[in-house]
Amino acid sequence: MDLVKRYPKSPVNAVDGVSFAVCPGEVFGLLGPNGAGKTTTVGVLTTRVVPTAGTATVAGVDVVRDPVRARSELAVIPQRSNLDRALSIRGNLIFHAAYHGVPARVRARRADELLDQFGLLERANVKPDMFSGGQSQRVMIARALMHAPTVLFLDEPSTGLDPAARLFLWDRLRELRDRGVTLVLTTHDMDEAAELADRVGIMDHGKLLALDTPEALMRSVPGGTTLELTTSAPDAATADRILAGLRTLAQVERVDRLGSEDGAVGSGAPAQDGAFRGGELRMRLYVSGDAPLLVAPAAAVLGQNGAGLSDVKLGIPTLEDVFIDLTGRALR
Amino acid sequence: MSAIALTDGATPSQARVFLAVLQRDAYVTWGEFPVFLAQVILQPFFLLFVFGKVLGSLGYTQNGYAGLLFPGLLALTAVITSMQTLAFPLVIEFGWTKEIEDRLLAPMSTGLVAAEKVLFASLRAVIATAIMIPIGIGVLGSIPWRWSGLPVFLAVVVLGSLLGASLGLVLGTLVKPNRINIVFSLVFTPLLFTGCSQYPWPSLARLRWFQIVTACNPMTYASEGLRGALIPAVPHIRPWICIVVLLASIGALLAVGTRGFYRRAVD
Repeated sequence: MDLVKRYPKSPVNAVDGVSFAVCPGEVFGLLGPNGAGKTTTVGVLTTRVVPTAGTATVAGVDVVRDPVRARSELAVIPQRSNLDRALSIRGNLIFHAAYHGVPARVRARRADELLDQFGLLERANVKPDMFSGGQSQRVMIARALMHAPTVLFLDEPSTGLDPAARLFLWDRLRELRDRGVTLVLTTHDMDEAAELADRVGIMDHGKLLALDTPEALMRSVPGGTTLELTTSAPDAATADRILAGLRTLAQVERVDRLGSEDGAVGSGAPAQDGAFRGGELRMRLYVSGDAPLLVAPAAAVLGQNGAGLSDVKLGIPTLEDVFIDLTGRALR
Repeated sequence: MSAIALTDGATPSQARVFLAVLQRDAYVTWGEFPVFLAQVILQPFFLLFVFGKVLGSLGYTQNGYAGLLFPGLLALTAVITSMQTLAFPLVIEFGWTKEIEDRLLAPMSTGLVAAEKVLFASLRAVIATAIMIPIGIGVLGSIPWRWSGLPVFLAVVVLGSLLGASLGLVLGTLVKPNRINIVFSLVFTPLLFTGCSQYPWPSLARLRWFQIVTACNPMTYASEGLRGALIPAVPHIRPWICIVVLLASIGALLAVGTRGFYRRAVD
């Protein structure tokens, strides 16, 4: 906690006072651009980086004071293969278990189970030289599970995977979560974080900017969820009545009138001149709750004013929007 | 999947993890034993064959040179084998394949991972040196041997192997992968020819500057130590001096190498 890491010859802290706790059995995502400090943070937690200041525990073990015991609780899946090329796939699994003191009888049985589960049985006696990134990663996950770790760290797990391999990976990770293994993954992939993580920490410049469930983070973007309605009104007075009516609806935080799609004002931008001269009326509702549920009440407001609904667009924010909101820029 | 327990609980003892890592190295070496033999035996074999047998048969070297060369080549085998065993793979493992990470993340102190590397490289070197003895008998017909010199012989073979391993640890942790070729030719060749394996050190008195250069190469003390053990009639550096210098060199190199290892293993 309050983790700080400054590398020699660097003027700034790579990790600058980061604090968080991950619950047992949780899937925790650290999201941020390259150089944000995610990998360093995980490096500290996996005993490979000594923090300049602060403390960190994994499964209740202080990683700085007792790295040896911490290592028996955790496993790491790096981005690039670090498989032992002198050993077969099965050899990689068996010796990994031996390093972790798993009894010989258990090793062989567990290796067979994991090789089967990860679709590796027929290549079990092959050396990992010629394996693709996705295959190597499968082997590394199987290897990591050989010593039944409490916490599994994955660095950018779906980087470089084809869509099928990615889905396979996600399925396996969900199974692990269901078994109660705690997963900590770093990613700059918004979809992956939103898809897998129970909670997401957003990092940039060594700081943890936000930490919550993906849903809460997305809701936290001001006026995050939007509902765009298009109708038509004969005159400005009717338009004003419609806008006023919409503003009274529950969970509507703000209503803006937008320029007409074919008008001088750019699409989606709030109208500049303020004068409505009849015809198409486009509005954006900023909603705090569930936007789709507002479609019916909004249509009712239009109906009361003799207007019909001609188009509806839902705007759901993504973690990307959260990141832009927090840092003012897109992910690098 | 359900059959797999969630956690195994207890952390295994350090000795147990150490043995497992040692077992891995033994398993890999055993699987490629012919390659191992070729790698460690070819160089000393050809040196012995050309300098000991061919040049002697042609009359270019004096009688007795082969006997003088043999202990030096045993020292060379011990030092070079352990250095190569440790340094080359370590550079690749740290710099490129990252294979060592699985062992660095084993529940064992980082220093023990380095210690295992040194121990295993030394074991390989001792075995390689032992294999050179029957090869020497085969090539030369007979080799200098003195049972009373056995304790010194064994001590110097072990220390020479440890010396090479310590040197390998220093090189393996200092050298970047893209520099591996140049550094090894810059270190390896001078080490090979200034280590007194082909000539006894006291005889260099006529070539004073080279005698000083060779005195700076710790391998000299392995060569001289083995000469003292096997052919004490040839002037040599006294064994106790050899053993002291070897111990001191090993200590210094291990200190530097272990620090280098920690720097590469932990940020």
